[in-house]
Amino acid sequence: MEPDIWGIVWLSLKVSAVAVGVCLPLAFALAWVLARGRFAGLVLLDAVVHLPLVLPPVVTGWLLLLAFGPQGPAGRWLEATLGVTFMFRWTGAALAAAVMALPLMVRAMRLSIEAVDLRLEAAAMTLGASRWRVFCTLTLPLALPGVVAGAVLGFARSLGEFGATITFVSNIPGETQTLPLAIYSALQVPGGEAVVTRLAVVSVLLSLAALVVSEVMARRMGRATHVL
Amino acid sequence: MSFDVAVERRLGDTVVACGFQTGGGLTALFGPSGAGKTSVLNMVAGLLKPDAGRVAVGGEVLFDSASGVDVPVQARRAGYVFQDARLFPHLRVRANLAYGMRGEGLMTLEDAAQFLGIAHLLDRWPRSLSGGEAQRVAIGRALLSNPRFLLMDEPLTGLDRARREDVLRVIERLRDEVGLPILYVSHDRAEVERLAATIIEV
Repeated sequence: MEPDIWGIVWLSLKVSAVAVGVCLPLAFALAWVLARGRFAGLVLLDAVVHLPLVLPPVVTGWLLLLAFGPQGPAGRWLEATLGVTFMFRWTGAALAAAVMALPLMVRAMRLSIEAVDLRLEAAAMTLGASRWRVFCTLTLPLALPGVVAGAVLGFARSLGEFGATITFVSNIPGETQTLPLAIYSALQVPGGEAVVTRLAVVSVLLSLAALVVSEVMARRMGRATHVL
Repeated sequence: MSFDVAVERRLGDTVVACGFQTGGGLTALFGPSGAGKTSVLNMVAGLLKPDAGRVAVGGEVLFDSASGVDVPVQARRAGYVFQDARLFPHLRVRANLAYGMRGEGLMTLEDAAQFLGIAHLLDRWPRSLSGGEAQRVAIGRALLSNPRFLLMDEPLTGLDRARREDVLRVIERLRDEVGLPILYVSHDRAEVERLAATIIEV
C-alpha cells in the first residue's frame, strides 16, 4: 500500500514545530541559568540537560515511558489535571522530539548568552534600567542569533528523531509515524525502495531548507552565527 | 560639598581604600594604572559594593555600611562615562542617546547632540563611529539620563591628539556650563591639572 507522503510530512512538521515551540522558553531559561547562575547544583543541572545527547535514544524513550506512561507519576498527574495523554499520540512524539532537541537548543542559546558583554548590562543599569528592562532591551536582542540558531537546530533534530519516539509512542501511521519512522517501515516492505527514496528526498530538502532559513535570518541580523 | 567618599574593598590580594571630600566642579582621581581608581568609581556608581564605608553625593547618602544604606545602581542617577564607550551595538546612535532618558532632563536629545558635535551621527550604528565620536556619544547618553553627578573613567584613552582636544573641550564645557559635580579618573598629569579643581592621589 502506498503511504500518504504529504500526511507524513505534515505530521513531521507539526510534531517538530510543537516540540520546538514548547521547548523554546524552557531551553532559553535553562541556557540563561547555566550561563549566568552560580549555585552548587549547576554542574549536575548541566549534566542532566545534556543527558539525552549521550544516552542511547532507546533509553531516553524508555525513561519517558516510565515517567509519562499511564502508570508513570508525570503521566498520571497530567491525565488527572489536564486530561492530556501522551501514549500512542502525536503529542508523545512531540514530547520525545522536544527532550531530544533540548540539549542542542540549550547549547546554542547558552553560547550566545555568554557572549553578551556584562559591561554593557552594567552601563544600562547606571542609565537607570531595571534588571527586567536590561534583559528585554539588551540581553535578549543581543542573544537573538543564538536563539534562532538553537530553534532551527532543534527543529532539524526533531524532524530526524527516531529512537526515543519509536520506543515511547510506537510507530502508528497517521498518529506517531513521522518521516524517519515511515522510512524505517517502508524499508521493511519488499519493493519499498521507491517510497524510501521519495521520503528520503523530502527529508534532505526539509533539513536543507531549515539550514538555509537559519543562515538567512542570521545574516539579516547583521552578523553570522557560528553556533551551527 | 559634592562628593563625600570613604570606601574600602578587598579585591583579591589588594585592598582598595580611598577617602575624600570635595567641593563643586571637577574632582580628579589621579594615580598609576592598577591603583584602584576605577574600583572607586564603580563603588560610587553602585556597580561594586564596598566592604565598608560611606558614599554621599550632594548631601544624599548612597551607601553607608554603618546604617545599612545601599541605593541600587538604577536609582543612583550616576552619569557614568566608561573608558570603553560601551555603546549598545544593536541600537543606532539616537537610540543609544535616548536609552536612559527620563523626566525633564538637563537638555533635549537634539541640544545634547548639538553641544557634543554629534548631530550628524544620529542615524549611524556604533560600530561605524571613530573612538572620539563613540566617546562623545557615550557622554551624551550619560548626560541625557538626567544624572545628579558624572563619573568619567579615562574618557580620553585611545583617542588621537585632535580627538582628545575635542573631548577635553566638551568636558570643560560640561564643568563650566552644566555645573554637575564630576569625578574624573586619569593617570595623565597634564590632563588632570588642566581640568580639575581638586586632585585626589590614589
